[in-house]
Amino acid sequence: MFLINCPYCGERDQQEFKAGGEAHIERPKQPTELSDDEWAEYLFMRKNIKGVQFERWNHAHGCRKWFNMVRDTSNDEIKAIYKMGEKPPSQ
Amino acid sequence: MRNKYSIFSLIKNAFSYHENWQKAWGDPEPKKEYDAIIIGGGGHGLATAYYLAKKHDMKNIAVVEKGWIGGGNTGRNTTIIRSNYLWDASAGLYDHALKIWENLSQELNYNVMFSQRGVMNLAHNLQDVRDLKRRTHANRLNGIDAVYLSTEEVKKFCPIINTSPDIRYPVLGGTLQRRAGTARHDAVAWGYARGADAMGVDIIQNCEVKGIKRNGDSVEGIETTKGFIKTKKIGVVAAGHSSVIANMAGLKLPLESKPLQALVSEPVKPIIDTVVMSNAVHAYVSQSDKGELVIGAGTDDYISYTQKGSHQIVEGTLNAILELYPIFSRMRMLRQWGGIVDICPDASPILSKTSIKGLYFNCGWGTGGFKATPGSGDLFAHTIANDEPHKLNAAFNLNRFVSGDLVDEHGAAAVAH
Repeated sequence: MFLINCPYCGERDQQEFKAGGEAHIERPKQPTELSDDEWAEYLFMRKNIKGVQFERWNHAHGCRKWFNMVRDTSNDEIKAIYKMGEKPPSQ
Repeated sequence: MRNKYSIFSLIKNAFSYHENWQKAWGDPEPKKEYDAIIIGGGGHGLATAYYLAKKHDMKNIAVVEKGWIGGGNTGRNTTIIRSNYLWDASAGLYDHALKIWENLSQELNYNVMFSQRGVMNLAHNLQDVRDLKRRTHANRLNGIDAVYLSTEEVKKFCPIINTSPDIRYPVLGGTLQRRAGTARHDAVAWGYARGADAMGVDIIQNCEVKGIKRNGDSVEGIETTKGFIKTKKIGVVAAGHSSVIANMAGLKLPLESKPLQALVSEPVKPIIDTVVMSNAVHAYVSQSDKGELVIGAGTDDYISYTQKGSHQIVEGTLNAILELYPIFSRMRMLRQWGGIVDICPDASPILSKTSIKGLYFNCGWGTGGFKATPGSGDLFAHTIANDEPHKLNAAFNLNRFVSGDLVDEHGAAAVAH
């Protein structure tokens, strides 16, 4: 349980948000040309990092907008929050 | 040589005030090389080492553990054992484990306090009723004992449940697996450790793995806080930290690690003599031999390795518990804790070879791995020793995420997380 600074609504309880998993996984540009291995990589394989991780969050019980977060999963400390489409901050 | 535990050894040691019991396992320094190394000294890892030594005659093996044995999810779960899974592959896997549980204390000469007190799953809406009836039929076709109970039969089996029709989620029925139950979690780790150690397995505690050394497509050994150890076979049984180890080897796994919480109440006299689980309202409860109510809560939905978990998850579970068992309303909770569970997209485990020769993974048990401990160890040992899966764990390979042949147990089992 922690507070999240929604880029649209400000600081709110984490309970209002839905975690969307690893960020910056790009949808394949030409899905018809993908092999089964490449599909598995896109759909299922995750870094699942212990440490600083880039992830997506949705303010499900608020503005319902998606945004990105940089968070340390070993202590839940939030390092940065940025909007969809913005460049991730360099670590 | 290990001394056998018996009533006679108990009496004999009583004369020396129980101060001269033989150590149950040793504390060796790592050798330079092993035939196989198991990463992770929890129940599954120790069981793997035990069966490698016992059934596959691999004696020169080691279990390396970052902390102390049984200190991870083995010591953090709610100790429920059952095999009433929907799909054939899961039924085969979990019932294999249940059959080993039934004779485990005798086999290990260590009392794992396996108690077949039954597990009851409740239905709270029409879809639950249909799903549970379907699961009962599927279980019986697979030779697993299961009965469907009416609301009255549920009440009769566990009288403290509130079966009144006017509660928010009334009890419409339930299933019962009588062979299911609980066991003492620590004893499972300790019993397997003692058994493995007696056959010459080195159990190396306080030894964290820092890297996996590869030579092209095969493994050469592991870098640890106690130095480099050479080996040709590595079995990773690291639960929530499986992805961390996989990343060391340059692999990605289809896992997400999340905190799962449990809590126990103050100890009271016997009040509930079975395990009751409810998927729809997410509440499950049993009573430990010490008298504490053992309650399982849910997972947080974000990736975290903090072993804590959020307060509202506990609150939600206790709301449901109180509606179903009004008698618990004035009980106080004693302890709460979290464990990091590695969850697969299809909520089924991975017991598999990988694209790297000599590297095997036993992971993805998610929220329900304890029950499978003996079976998982047995089948994983088979997979490592033969470099081929046993027919019971063939479906739980890593390649199913490429082929699409998933074993989708999400919600089909007992408590969906």
